Amino acid sequence: MLLEAKNLVVTYGGVHAVKGIDFNIAQGELVCLIGANGAGKTTTLKALCGLVPVAQGSIHYHQQIITHRPTHEIVQRGMVLVPEGRGIFSRLSVAENLAMGAYTRHDTATIRHETDHIYSLFPRLHERRQQKAGTLSGGEQQMLALGRAMLAKPKLLLLDEPSMGLAPLMVSKIFEIIQHIAQQGMTILLVEQNAKLALEISHRGYVMESGLITLHDTARNLSTNPQVRHAYLGE
Amino acid sequence: MDIFLQQLINGLVLGSIYALVALGYTMVYGILELINFAHGEITMIGAMVSLAVINLLIGSSLDLPGVMIVFMGVLTAIPACMALGFLIERVAYRPLRHAPRLAPLITAIGVSIVLQNVAMLIWGRQYISFPAIIPIQRYEILGATISNLQIFIFIFSGLLMAGLVALVHKTRFGRAMRATAQSPQSASLMGVNVNNIIAITFILGSALAAIAGVMVGAYYGLAHYYMGFLLGLKAFCAAVLGGIGNIAGAMLGGLLLGVIESLGAGYIGDLTGGFLGSHYQDVFAFLVLIIVLVFRPSGLLGERVVERA
Repeated sequence: MLLEAKNLVVTYGGVHAVKGIDFNIAQGELVCLIGANGAGKTTTLKALCGLVPVAQGSIHYHQQIITHRPTHEIVQRGMVLVPEGRGIFSRLSVAENLAMGAYTRHDTATIRHETDHIYSLFPRLHERRQQKAGTLSGGEQQMLALGRAMLAKPKLLLLDEPSMGLAPLMVSKIFEIIQHIAQQGMTILLVEQNAKLALEISHRGYVMESGLITLHDTARNLSTNPQVRHAYLGE
Repeated sequence: MDIFLQQLINGLVLGSIYALVALGYTMVYGILELINFAHGEITMIGAMVSLAVINLLIGSSLDLPGVMIVFMGVLTAIPACMALGFLIERVAYRPLRHAPRLAPLITAIGVSIVLQNVAMLIWGRQYISFPAIIPIQRYEILGATISNLQIFIFIFSGLLMAGLVALVHKTRFGRAMRATAQSPQSASLMGVNVNNIIAITFILGSALAAIAGVMVGAYYGLAHYYMGFLLGLKAFCAAVLGGIGNIAGAMLGGLLLGVIESLGAGYIGDLTGGFLGSHYQDVFAFLVLIIVLVFRPSGLLGERVVERA
């Protein structure tokens, strides 16, 4: 397993946001974590990256325990989060944002080559590379966030609500890109409220409800599960 | 005309020193939103340490040339202040990183008082004169005089500021620094060690403060354990005037404040028919600050603080 969380507990000022969950991701998998607002999905991702302290349990990554490591160290080990709200540096230019993605790397020539690849994937970003990132539209910012994360050469990519606040057309475009990245062999943990879309592109899924994982199955089985269909697919 | 030019020259020289100190305030504020009130004291320590080294070398049997002695003084003051800045952040501010905003502010004032008292214990309460070991030469231009020291201060601080701007805008470290200033959390998600960036920011600001301290000491020919207070306050005003958190703003604010203060001191006697003398020059700095803030609360180049995405 590339990543394994065991009995993970996260508390926020006395409130148990995550109440002891187990999950794992194998190399090359696209796994989704679905659930309603406030179920603890974002907190789980933040705990993986060391952005919020883990109260109990352990996180194993590449056969090593990373439970209480600082965020920058976890990122250096190849676990990269695209946070909810994208975390774009709005006063830095688009090009500088991309350069920040490659912050931990020093192979200048390869970085330049990969940056060009990102620009070919997202021509809009190339057009606006000298502009402040804050002037981009929501969809363009999400593309920038994805491109920036790719430049970190992640071994595990964590995506938090990539569809949030985007127009339907843009959502399908972003999901196409995620699928494309996954097909190239990237391991991805996808957190989404849009369960239908998430299950369409994932291999496996976990369903989270008030801090606990209540269901775990292949994406195909989950999308035909009557419980899931009723609660998350609006049927 | 010659008074105007003379005061303009004096103001630009003074202003470039203010700008160096203001940069330290603005860089730290840009990242931590903390006003490091101990920063003025770091300039004082810089002046004192360099003075101690200079006096030691003059008293020693080594027969070094004057320029060399001053150079050695500066070279000692810089690492001493860098270490001090690093220590202050580590001991006084880092443990309070997530405390309410007032807590680190109070600590900053506390650190400032501690440094003043330590300096007083070591160097005494009296004014210490800066030995004039480099002969001062004066040049006449258009009826005003300018000294070699003034030329040096102006050019050297200009070079330092240009170097800082290049560092912040052209290097990987500078980019990480600007990213951290916008969102420490997002920067850490890029693999940036935010604690290191903050420590280096303090160290850089302190190095500039050390140099500014030596310049002030040499310019006025005096050093005193309390000299950092008013200098720090004015540099802070300069930073706010330019838009705190904005590096170009600190430079502009520093130069403007120096010029306004000098022109004010030069003309206040005439304007008030001799009722107010040039010793009212300090009032100008704060008067200007108030007026600017009334019309532009975020300072001259300050951006409105946008919400963090």
